[in-house]
Amino acid sequence: MAELEAGATGARRPRPISPHLQIYRPMLTMTMSIVHRITGAGLYFGMLLLAWWLIAAAAGPNAYANFEWFMGSLIGRLVLLGFTWALMHHLLGGIRHLVWDLGYGFQPAEREMLAVATIVGSIALTLLVWVIGYFAMGGLR
Amino acid sequence: MSGPRHNDMRTPMRRVRGLGAAHSGTADFWHMRVTSAAGVLLTIALVVIVISLLGRSHAAVVQILGSPIVAVIMLLFIVNSIYHMWIGMQEIILDYVHEDKLKFLSLMANTFFCFAVGLASCFAILKLSFGV
Repeated sequence: MAELEAGATGARRPRPISPHLQIYRPMLTMTMSIVHRITGAGLYFGMLLLAWWLIAAAAGPNAYANFEWFMGSLIGRLVLLGFTWALMHHLLGGIRHLVWDLGYGFQPAEREMLAVATIVGSIALTLLVWVIGYFAMGGLR
Repeated sequence: MSGPRHNDMRTPMRRVRGLGAAHSGTADFWHMRVTSAAGVLLTIALVVIVISLLGRSHAAVVQILGSPIVAVIMLLFIVNSIYHMWIGMQEIILDYVHEDKLKFLSLMANTFFCFAVGLASCFAILKLSFGV
């Protein structure tokens, strides 16, 4: 009825809209959800790195040497470290979603625990992968 | 305000038809679950493969990446990940890009990117395997 009255006078009343992210107090579970999307987008472009690696290997020793040079540089290592962490975080975030899909982990304490496990686990797994990686290469170099 | 026009012969159904849901959202949802479950296993396999190739010569990398089991795992990882990220980026675009031209352009760019990166990666693996 209010809308009809507003229409009669020619003025258009703004429709009510639902509140968006900035209205809520930031919480860990919400942050992990956002980070899941950001790491997904990062990995999307990170697939270029995998494609470069495979194409370089298929193209020949010179192309592969260029790839190795870049990945061995400081920037290359930082990119790979970021890629590793994004992959581990997205992996654990995905498992968290699969747990929810099965109907578990919806209690407040459980949700909080899953969020903490995602961030702590992703950092731990990243370190583990890199330590094993450096061991596989025979130490720091 | 655009209320119902009394001289309009069309039914309300006719006016909203084509403006609603596409009715394919649950397929994307399910495909995301299938590819994420597969992705858990394939990501672990990829990490193991990459670590085992660190610091090896080009010739060794070519030989190992081209060996049948490794090549098949890599192909599975690539196809699974590309499909997963195709749906994922589409969801991001639909969430944030509301202007029609930009939206359809972004969706198209997403498809181009996924096909190009996926095909290039698969081609590289096949070339390494068949050794041409």
